[in-house]
Amino acid sequence: MPKYILYPGCSLHRMARPYLDSTLALCELLGIELEEVQDWNCCGATEYIAVHHLASYALVGRNLALAAQKVDDTHTVVAACSACYLNLAKTDSYMRQDARLNQQVNEALAAGGLQYIPGSVRVRHLLDVIVNDVGLEHVASSVVRSLKGLRVAPYYGCMIARPDRENRWDNVEHPVAMDRLLKTLGAEVIDFPLKTHCCGGHMTQINLSVAYELIRRLIHGADQYRADVISTLCPICQLNLDAYQGEVNRHFHTSYEMPVLYFTQLMGLAFGLEPETLGIGKEFVAAGPALSHIGVEAVINEGAHATTAVRAGSRKKEKEGLPMPRMPIHEEKSP
Amino acid sequence: MTLLETLPNSDTAAATPASPSGNFLQEVMDATPGDSRLAMCIQCGTCGGSCPSAADMDHTPRQLFAMIRADLREQVLRSNTPWYCVSCYYCTVRCPQEVHITDVMYTLKSMAIREKRYADATAPDLSQTFISYIEEYGRSFEFGVAARHQLRHHPFQLPSMLPFGLTMLSKGRMDLIPQHIEGIEQLQAILVRAKELEAS
Repeated sequence: MPKYILYPGCSLHRMARPYLDSTLALCELLGIELEEVQDWNCCGATEYIAVHHLASYALVGRNLALAAQKVDDTHTVVAACSACYLNLAKTDSYMRQDARLNQQVNEALAAGGLQYIPGSVRVRHLLDVIVNDVGLEHVASSVVRSLKGLRVAPYYGCMIARPDRENRWDNVEHPVAMDRLLKTLGAEVIDFPLKTHCCGGHMTQINLSVAYELIRRLIHGADQYRADVISTLCPICQLNLDAYQGEVNRHFHTSYEMPVLYFTQLMGLAFGLEPETLGIGKEFVAAGPALSHIGVEAVINEGAHATTAVRAGSRKKEKEGLPMPRMPIHEEKSP
Repeated sequence: MTLLETLPNSDTAAATPASPSGNFLQEVMDATPGDSRLAMCIQCGTCGGSCPSAADMDHTPRQLFAMIRADLREQVLRSNTPWYCVSCYYCTVRCPQEVHITDVMYTLKSMAIREKRYADATAPDLSQTFISYIEEYGRSFEFGVAARHQLRHHPFQLPSMLPFGLTMLSKGRMDLIPQHIEGIEQLQAILVRAKELEAS
């Protein structure tokens, strides 16, 4: 059983708990052993480096130093969050290239009795490990409930594929790793042109109208391609597209109901795991109706936005009986 | 004595500390880890054309880099451009000269914060609130950041954000108390030393 060191990051312990739960469940099923970095700290997201540059590398350096104490056969630390992945990868890469940075980070780490030799761990994203180490053949052999009939928009966001200084991905703007993975699960994968466009990141805390427009473009794009669900691999992307979707609808007078799930949740479903085990039901926009396409019992989603509007041309299955009145399309009425 | 030296300093000039190297371009490059390649910019504008928030920026990245070269330190640090950078790295991967544009934006943010030269405090305060929890507990604290930041900068949005917060809580996606790491003193010692080195 290959062992990897897991750096979960703050989001996976909180708002992205379904991402962690589904990851742990499916890795167990795939025979991947994950050991958590002992007493890891926050990676600083996109904020620490905006205030202190050297200290932001030292902050990440502590995590790398702690991870390096754990590595054995794979020498790999795995992150599932985009910001965590990028910060770990970037720090290791810059410490290798920049002798002064390496010396200063290590001088700071020494104040805490730690040391990190750059390059002593390999930083990789969970998707990379699943597609390239586990392999799609193994994934295919674990599928017990095909996702056939589910149209999925693969959404990567920014910081997985870019800047990609280690050349881990096939393309910085149009990666296909998750597309291939989802196809292996049987899903109908749309060729999503906005797959690496920005979700707005922390912009929801700074300027709402700017953030809402970035979110609207993505939901609108997925809707135009008649996706049933967006598949994501980043906690902030999931939060922005899912939890702010109701506010975006109010802002633009639209009525999107596009569920946003982690790719690990879709994998878990295909592997026959129970929706509850995978944290399905914790999303704001209920995934239940979309998942009924693949015969998964709809999960009751209490806190989801109650919208009665049905968008024209919706592919959602109608219940038998007389046709129900439809609301007009609100989409065109942007302010 | 030249004519310039006899002129009284303007307020701007007096308030702006000289670049350590006497050259703002060099100062920005020195403060950016790795080889930022900023001096290689050919003013092609691919960065601004690739930027999802260029329309909201005071200056496109290309303009900002021309201003850095022209030593317009004060105007550069007051520009909202770095604060509207969403770290998507499109400009970085598309730049034909391989300038580390996103990293340069981070450098400019930290310089503006250090000298308090930003025009709008919303984004700088978000970063500082966010990191204050990291420095205290070792982990980020979403509820604390959101509550403190919204109260200070978007108090009128609070009522509309209440259902959002309640849903996050009811779904177990947000906690009201922060998590903290065991080695917080170790982390604090590391960060203090790093800041000393950064200042030296």
